[in-house]
Amino acid sequence: MSEIAVRIGGEAGDGIASVGESIARSFSRMGLHVFGFNAYQSVIRGGHVWYQARASPEHAHSQGDGADIVYALHRETVGIHAAGVRAGGTVIYDPEKFQVEPTDLPAGVTALGVPTLAIARKYTSQSILQNAAGTGAAAFLAGIPLDLFQEVLRDSFGGKKGEVVDWNLGAAAEGYHFAEQHASVHPHAPSQQGAPKLLMSGNEAIALGAAAAGCKFLSQYPMTPASSIMHWMAAHSPQIGVVVKQAEDELAAINMAIGASFAGVRAMTATSGGGFSLMVEALGMAGMTETPLVVVDAQRAGPSTGLPTKTEQGDLNLILGAGQGDFPRAILAPATPLEAYRAMIDAFRLAEDWQTPVIVASDLHLSESFQTVDRSDVDLNVAIPSLFPVAPNGHSYLRYQHTDSGVSPRAVPGQPGLQFVAGSDEHDERGHLVSDIVAGIPKWVSERQRMMEKRMKKLGGIARDAPPPVFEGPAGAPLTFVAWGSVVGAVRDAIVDLADGGKATNLLRFPTVYPLDAAAVTAAFGKTKRTLLVEQNFSGQFGRLLRAETGLVPTARFLKYDGEPFMPHEIVAKALEVI
Amino acid sequence: MAETTALPKPAAHGTPLPLIGKTSTKPTWCPGCGDFGVVAAVEMAVKRLQIPSHNVVIVSGIGCSSNLPHFLSSYGFHGIHGRALPVAEGIRWANHGLTVIGTGGDGDGFGIGAGHFIHAMRRNVDLTYVTMDNQIYGLTTGQASPTSTLGVKTKSTPNGVIENPIDPISLALASGATYVARGFSGDVKQLADLVANGIQHRGFAFVDVFSPCVTYNKINTFDFFRQRVYKLESAGHDPSDIVAAWQRSLEWGDKIPIGLFYKVDKPTYEDLEEVLTAGPLALQPAGLHGKEKLLDEFV
Repeated sequence: MSEIAVRIGGEAGDGIASVGESIARSFSRMGLHVFGFNAYQSVIRGGHVWYQARASPEHAHSQGDGADIVYALHRETVGIHAAGVRAGGTVIYDPEKFQVEPTDLPAGVTALGVPTLAIARKYTSQSILQNAAGTGAAAFLAGIPLDLFQEVLRDSFGGKKGEVVDWNLGAAAEGYHFAEQHASVHPHAPSQQGAPKLLMSGNEAIALGAAAAGCKFLSQYPMTPASSIMHWMAAHSPQIGVVVKQAEDELAAINMAIGASFAGVRAMTATSGGGFSLMVEALGMAGMTETPLVVVDAQRAGPSTGLPTKTEQGDLNLILGAGQGDFPRAILAPATPLEAYRAMIDAFRLAEDWQTPVIVASDLHLSESFQTVDRSDVDLNVAIPSLFPVAPNGHSYLRYQHTDSGVSPRAVPGQPGLQFVAGSDEHDERGHLVSDIVAGIPKWVSERQRMMEKRMKKLGGIARDAPPPVFEGPAGAPLTFVAWGSVVGAVRDAIVDLADGGKATNLLRFPTVYPLDAAAVTAAFGKTKRTLLVEQNFSGQFGRLLRAETGLVPTARFLKYDGEPFMPHEIVAKALEVI
Repeated sequence: MAETTALPKPAAHGTPLPLIGKTSTKPTWCPGCGDFGVVAAVEMAVKRLQIPSHNVVIVSGIGCSSNLPHFLSSYGFHGIHGRALPVAEGIRWANHGLTVIGTGGDGDGFGIGAGHFIHAMRRNVDLTYVTMDNQIYGLTTGQASPTSTLGVKTKSTPNGVIENPIDPISLALASGATYVARGFSGDVKQLADLVANGIQHRGFAFVDVFSPCVTYNKINTFDFFRQRVYKLESAGHDPSDIVAAWQRSLEWGDKIPIGLFYKVDKPTYEDLEEVLTAGPLALQPAGLHGKEKLLDEFV
């Protein structure tokens, strides 16, 4: 497969993410599939950070395995990344800052010294402009047309005009032309493929999907890697009619969302594991009061504060078990931005249809990586039913009426004649407490039992209504990967790489992690030979859930918990062991 | 399809709508509990303002006093301990055509919910928060609360409380509440006035109520307060003067002021939230129909 990966490394504060994104966006405008991966530390200035834009005319499901062009803003980048440069690749550096010797690089990799500081000095005393010159050189090597690259840079300034924009365009062009005179375009550099693709992060897709699904209220407390959901919503708030509330803490965030939903507005909150931990009690309240709610957990590596800027799928046990007592919930786990967009639409539909919380499990790798989406795949015209379905019927209205499905007619404040109290205590069909008023009275003991059964009945309906497990790849393959969430991307790449090596494998992925339709999952497993669970946590949390719900145990497990996303070659190697 | 709604417009003139009244649910409070006076005052206030019961939402947390929403015929949300205010704020922002009243106790509001209390006030959300302050944890059978007096012996402090009490009034003044009042459930008439004026006030209206616990607090009783309270309006207090309000808030001893400490007109959160200027959120269209231009930024 033809692909090219451009990696830019430096220190936090060097503007690495923005120049890296300019390369990624140039590729997406060329109609290529792109995966933009941002590796950073929990510091605002200093510390090594890097961005990689991987592009291919065929697919780019993950950050991939190596780089072809590395632009090193400091010496440390060479030390860290040289070994990952593939033969035929180039390392760009500025000889004024440090030297790169041939012995620093793997065989077949060349160094290209570009006078980035000297170029920058022509325009300004601000050395940060060097990155435009260096990235211009990288753009040439990657086969990006200069005018397209400059257009992306210009757009990155949001339509602003002035000398800073001109400096960047000028420095980029000089870097580009310098590389043109002293080096050649990488042989794997892909060419224009047609219509530009959309490039979005998982979090942008989550926010967009929520708004398309009719969400009008987001309350959130800042926490990496969930914060950019709030950033996107806030930046577009008046335009899309979404009230964005930065709450005082996650306790407030989830309670505000529940209040808004109770009052007739589709509402959500988003956080990471630490914040989710604070939301646990209110999650149960949403279950008990049967208030629709969508919660996004963008997971990062735990436990506790853990690795704030590193990825993991370690919150599954938390979000599965969060809350005292039993109440129905759904957990969706998209793998890509497009799936995340659609998962939010599913999440709001399920939350509203089943009047219970739905959790969308993202993770840092999905939330913060940028991937391409075909514009035609994003349908903004989502059918949104009215939130006020109950006709006034006077005193006979029972908010928590027993029904076959477990779902009762929901009124919202403002509707005359339907007043009720939503209680976090156990209650009867009218919403009256049966907790401390009537404890021990046989009639109400049985009512409590019926109410539990009414709520939990919804779980069966959700299992039938939520996106089912999906098979991808050739049927009857000797090995089937089992995966959920962002890990699916690296598995998809691994499947292609294995196929290139003559090994057929396929994938059984779980867009819904919970509830599982045991019969459907068992039937799916019946079509597999050997199975390899690939999961990004220490204990194989999904594997345990699968076993608990279905009795199924994958043939082998491949678990990773070092904070770094799976690389396709790691999965390939493990697969070859298991096949 | 754009969202359509059956949410009614306010009733036309001349059409009587049910005003808030008592429900058939018998209050769970001990005979003689101060909270009876508070529910009566809330009912009187809402009736006096002629607000139909379906446009009122009473929100509470957990504690004896937090059962209040069940005893009135409005919409209610009886949530979890300490979180009444964020739920109430969410309701307000979802539909600021509704009258939202938060109710709860001193443990709920000033202990576990203290953070929300401060932030709701600094936002000047247009809602009314009535706390039934009995200076004790009643529902959990008598532990010290954030407003328990220094030295008071309770189940959790058998040798006496060794922490200073929170003063909700000065805390409210410091936090930016725009209507700060204190009532006494032994004076339901004045309390109803304070609540009604609080509901009419545009902004966060805080009414702290001495609502004695007849079972677990044998010190701060009805008699204790009857002997000590005096009315600010009879004492020449100017509620537009925050310095005077601050000084009055510090009075605690033989004389304890009740009434309106402070009132100021400032823009509410709902006034300043741009999206809400188009009307109640619940009635606004939902979704991104026809907004394909949004996708241009991703190119």
